[in-house]
Amino acid sequence: MTAPLLEVRNLVKHYPRVMAVNGVSFSLQPGVCFGLLGPNGAGKTTTVEILEGIHTPTSGEILYKDQPVGKRFRNEAGIMFQSTALQDFITVRETLLMFARLYPENADIDELIERCNLTDYLDQDNRQLSGGQRQRLLLAIALVNNPDMIFLDEPTTGLDPQSRRNFWDLIESIKAQGKTILLTTHYMDEAYVLCDEIAIMDHGKIISQGTPKELLAEHFDDVILQLPEADVIDSDALPFAVHKRKGVIEITTCDVDQTIEDLLTNNISLAHLQIRSRNLDDLFLELTGKELRG
Amino acid sequence: MFLKRFFALLATRNREFLRDRSSVGWNILMPVLIIAGFALVFSGDFADQYKVGIVKGAELQQQHTAAIDDFLQTKYIEFIDITDIDAAKIKVQRHQLDMLIDPVSKHYWINNESPNGYLVEKVMLSTLLVPLQKQSVSGREIRYVDWVIPGILAMNMMFSALFGVGYVIVRYRKNGMLKRLKATPVTAFEYLSAQIVSRLILIMVITICIFYGTNLFIGYAMYGSHLSLFLVFALGAVSMISLGLVVAARITSEETAGGLLNLLSWPMMFLSGVWFSLEGTNPVMQQLAEVFPLTHVTAAARAIMIDGAGLLDVSYHLFVLIVQSILFLFIGAYFFRWE
Repeated sequence: MTAPLLEVRNLVKHYPRVMAVNGVSFSLQPGVCFGLLGPNGAGKTTTVEILEGIHTPTSGEILYKDQPVGKRFRNEAGIMFQSTALQDFITVRETLLMFARLYPENADIDELIERCNLTDYLDQDNRQLSGGQRQRLLLAIALVNNPDMIFLDEPTTGLDPQSRRNFWDLIESIKAQGKTILLTTHYMDEAYVLCDEIAIMDHGKIISQGTPKELLAEHFDDVILQLPEADVIDSDALPFAVHKRKGVIEITTCDVDQTIEDLLTNNISLAHLQIRSRNLDDLFLELTGKELRG
Repeated sequence: MFLKRFFALLATRNREFLRDRSSVGWNILMPVLIIAGFALVFSGDFADQYKVGIVKGAELQQQHTAAIDDFLQTKYIEFIDITDIDAAKIKVQRHQLDMLIDPVSKHYWINNESPNGYLVEKVMLSTLLVPLQKQSVSGREIRYVDWVIPGILAMNMMFSALFGVGYVIVRYRKNGMLKRLKATPVTAFEYLSAQIVSRLILIMVITICIFYGTNLFIGYAMYGSHLSLFLVFALGAVSMISLGLVVAARITSEETAGGLLNLLSWPMMFLSGVWFSLEGTNPVMQQLAEVFPLTHVTAAARAIMIDGAGLLDVSYHLFVLIVQSILFLFIGAYFFRWE
């Protein structure tokens, strides 16, 4: 295994009444996309912002290329915050050029503009950009210094499905260049598609970590059978528990053959039967609970 | 690298301001409207009242004023006690006093070019019991608009400096722009320097435009050096921009920043001698006014424009402005937070 590009050791951030980050440790190998997932208030944004140099940790160590983070890290890191305002009355081109001039080394700006699909909006005022255009510009800003390490904090929040898919393609193209990415997201499908490794945080701690497939295999050995509620006349007669949700009956089982046999015994039609594997949404809810967070 | 980052931030901030037409418009239009308003309202006269100064030296006794007793009873003339005879003679030169009488030496001074002086002299001579020796002075009339214009220019600078820097930085902090810049290699020093220089350039360009633009129509007094006036305004702008940085150092709410900036700017506007002279006002108020940078910019600019003073003559005000600039810059930079 090669040396990690970024290593976080026992990170702690303590606010007067809240332990926002409580002993977080992980490392990022070069070229991976690492997903940091967790409910609101889990501590993932605080963790990422400590790594980005926005907050100072109460204790812990952050190493970039085997050295404590410092000037070099600042020059070589690309950051896209959850929400960033851009200067009014400034065009997309001017914004990119301004950020480019803040760094000693730059990516090829023309290539960056083309890759982030900004060619048609270059002379447009920042205020006139749509949500998707704006996120693509913020990504271009994060890439303007040709970074080795890229932080993307909930980059697709608020985007429509087309814009999200478009953004995923962009991130895939960045991954293809061998860049290392730390992504935080609320969307489990996004994490599943983009991340090579994920860590799920809750109450300031990492509660589970691994590749998406490893985590699903570790936590689940069952599948979910779904049937329309109308097809199951008497669910109480079934020899297993069912879960009703929005007109659909869900049956969680480790033995699909036996469950289907039981359904047929109870004269239930299987015409509309669907079987789905457990996904990251299930894992997320399993690990962090279903109660609403702030 | 410092210069590259500095100029990138400076150019962007300048573009942002210049493209905000409403902001540029108000920065230029407001002082022009105020100056035009004063020029129109006062239409050339400092005041409509007749003013006669009476020198009240230590040796002044009852018998000295006996000669002008009848004159002192004249209605519609304001008699002002004078202790500094040289300063009073300058006021006669500028038409700010219509006549000056020294009962002890039995001299009086009038400005031969002043119609008011001519009239009060006629009145006085008709009531005199003992002849007084006439002394003539000459000098161009200083109208209220001449007197008030340095203060208006300085006041406009104050609003532009305080709100253009203080308010803008707080807005950037609130909307996350400062946080984004913190994540780049930009240092607080580079960022703050760019903000100060950007606002300084804009303030000076606007002030020069207003000064020469309005002068074309009003033609006010300018007896000193233009370069000295430029230096005074530049130093004043730096000091007030630095004050804006102090306000913006940590505040995250635009409402709080707006309240605090108003709390600073309104007393300064009224107590810094912009609209009326602080001579003869409450000593506490005069002491308070000394704290305000606007007081020193106004006083120095007025001395240069009206009295033809040089930089040495206004060195006290320049010294105060330099000390205030350094102090405010230090406090603003020390307490500055990106978030």
